[in-house]
Amino acid sequence: MNSALAAFVAGLIFAFGLAISGMTQPGKVTAFLDLFGNWDPSLAFVMIGAIAVYSILYRIIRHRTAPLFATFFSVPTRSDLDARLLGGAALFGIGWGLGGFCPGPAITSLASGHWSVIVFVAAMVAGMFLYQLVDKIWLQPSAPAPQREPRVVTATTPAFQGPQDA
Amino acid sequence: MEHFTPIASLCGGMLIGLGAALLLLCDGKIAGISGIVGGLLSPTAGDTAWRALFLLGLVTGGLFFTVFAPQVFTIAISRSTGALVLAGLLVGFGTRLGNGCTSGHGVCGISRFSPRSVVATLIFMITGIVTVYIINHLLGGSL
Repeated sequence: MNSALAAFVAGLIFAFGLAISGMTQPGKVTAFLDLFGNWDPSLAFVMIGAIAVYSILYRIIRHRTAPLFATFFSVPTRSDLDARLLGGAALFGIGWGLGGFCPGPAITSLASGHWSVIVFVAAMVAGMFLYQLVDKIWLQPSAPAPQREPRVVTATTPAFQGPQDA
Repeated sequence: MEHFTPIASLCGGMLIGLGAALLLLCDGKIAGISGIVGGLLSPTAGDTAWRALFLLGLVTGGLFFTVFAPQVFTIAISRSTGALVLAGLLVGFGTRLGNGCTSGHGVCGISRFSPRSVVATLIFMITGIVTVYIINHLLGGSL
């Protein structure tokens, strides 16, 4: 229960950060990406603030052998660059510029009840399902499943095979 | 520059980093929103509660602002329903294919000095900038 409560509070703080920073304003997002127009650099400050805090706390927290309410840290371990990463990031960027939303702010904005964000999130979830389908049919042929590194880093824990979300 | 908000954006960014750090400290998880949602769409036992609760926290936060400060949802862009559907499909598909979005790669990954995340962030920034350039300067600002 503690782990679920912590996840809720973490999501709550995250949402406050998104809302205060301007990430829930599609017009600010596209103004940040409009480098050759009426550029609004605000969102660079969001990244600076978030990375400054997380990069320090990440290193302090990873000194622990385990999280407070879980048995191990689930942290990505891959460092190779593959076509999926590059292609996926490219497609995401196009959608981000087109809609002005990335996943976190979109879900946070659902509560506003705005039609545009409801449409966007529904399509985003559909896109994720579509990925699962495409992945199953075309990207992972019937040959043996590709070996994926475990994303677990702590030595004493069982290997955890799962999607390697960054 | 009409909406330039460096202080609010910096403070909001720090809260994002704090929320992400809390999730790591308590649950040992990376706060990558696309990965958290994606994991719910192909659920594995014992790995769904924290995802659902984190997302509930996001929506609850959004609800707070809807009631007390709805102006955080007001700076809109001119997009047709078709454009929004295409945008959502691209964001959903692309973030799953590329294993992350602005939070997972842009914040958590860059903070971990992950080369994958640094490259992914550069690429989605570039394609985002090109897309907005095309819409704002070649197509008249709406789609």
